[in-house]
Amino acid sequence: MGVGIEVEGLNAWFGTTQALHDIVMRIAPNHATAIIGPSGCGKSTFVRCLNRMHETLPETRVTGKVRIGDMEVYGNGTPAVQVRRQVGMVFQKPNPFPAMSIYDNVAAGLKLNGFRDRGKLDEIVERSLRMAALWDEVKDALKKKSGASLSGGQQQRLCIARALAVEPDVLLMDEPASALDPISTGKIEDLIFQLKENYTIVIVTHNMQQAARVAEFTGFFLLGRLIEFDKTEKIFTNPSEKRTEDYITGRFG
Amino acid sequence: MRTRFQQGLDELREKLLKMGGMAEQAVDRACQAYRDRDLTLCHRVLENESLINAAEREIDGIALDLLAMQQPMAIDLRFILAVVKINADLERVGDQAVNIAERVMDMMELPAAELPVDVPRMASAASAMVQRALESFIEGKAELAQAVLEMDNVVDRMRDEAFISLVRTMNENPAITRQALDALLLARNLERVADHATNIAEDVIFWVRGADVRHSFGAHTTLGGAS
Repeated sequence: MGVGIEVEGLNAWFGTTQALHDIVMRIAPNHATAIIGPSGCGKSTFVRCLNRMHETLPETRVTGKVRIGDMEVYGNGTPAVQVRRQVGMVFQKPNPFPAMSIYDNVAAGLKLNGFRDRGKLDEIVERSLRMAALWDEVKDALKKKSGASLSGGQQQRLCIARALAVEPDVLLMDEPASALDPISTGKIEDLIFQLKENYTIVIVTHNMQQAARVAEFTGFFLLGRLIEFDKTEKIFTNPSEKRTEDYITGRFG
Repeated sequence: MRTRFQQGLDELREKLLKMGGMAEQAVDRACQAYRDRDLTLCHRVLENESLINAAEREIDGIALDLLAMQQPMAIDLRFILAVVKINADLERVGDQAVNIAERVMDMMELPAAELPVDVPRMASAASAMVQRALESFIEGKAELAQAVLEMDNVVDRMRDEAFISLVRTMNENPAITRQALDALLLARNLERVADHATNIAEDVIFWVRGADVRHSFGAHTTLGGAS
């Protein structure tokens, strides 16, 4: 089941440049939350702070608190690997392991963690591919075809299956459909809708219609600050902040 | 800034104002036709109805295009929805003007009669409501629209008074029953004009404040959550 995320006083830096300023946010479990904002506003940095991906880049720094369920993401003694196992991530560009089969792509995370039970592995691969709505399209070529041989939309669903295989509580999606055609985008959006039952989803998107379609809550970021966070219908019909309205109506700048 | 989208919104606003002007003029002409028993004016109201209908279709077409092509959000979305609804109300104001003109034509075939109803006063109140509702749209001011909502009670009261006194007239002087009945229907038409002005004012408040004040004046709800 998904868990809630509590963010308190989160700051992030690239070298001396502060990318996030004092972010406070409560993300509801088993809901989709969209993060919107113009390029460079800090939305990707924000989600990368939720699973400690930000610190993988050189000269970066984070302060503040992130609590995911009972886990203090930046607590002393919390290993980054454990955080990333509980918080899966899907990126803008599908990035399957090109030399691996479809099966091995999905099983990769588990194998990396020392999981060796073949029967159980088969079960998890099938379940993950079914949850990612890809099973029917690939079940006959699981070990014959490589991940790279799939279409863009299928590759992205493969990446989602790969993230789900390690049974995370939270799924972060950074522009998961921006490189996809409308049909593949529709499949990803349907998938997000179904995955909410079992996961907490945070999705970064430039596509406001997409945010409106899939997310119950939306946060608007600008210049590294969270300007407004509210129910999605409120943000898109009657936002409280003028800066939010200027952005979503295209009058920004 | 989305220039083409803004041009579309400006065009929508301009066309709606033009249509508002036509609907307002139709009511004024119909009421003047009553005062002056002017058949020519009645015919002009009937002739101009097709222009109002054509304007309604054109505005709906522009609004539909903007919704489909520009995916408006927030205040822009509310504006377009408000325009579509105001458009329908203005078309019905035009219909009421036609009804009034037809009623006047009917009355002119009958001998003139002294009736206990001040139609010009009621007409000017209803017409003022349409005018102010359109002003609130032009200015984008919810306070002006709010004032229109408060005026509706005055016109409703006039209609109720007209009903009581005209029914009494019909009982006391059956010879002028048809004239009294026409006046009663006319009062009803004017009250409907005022109702459409009220709807327009509510739509302006919806656009400007994002608040739904229909059917519950004083206890409105704001989009995205109660207020």
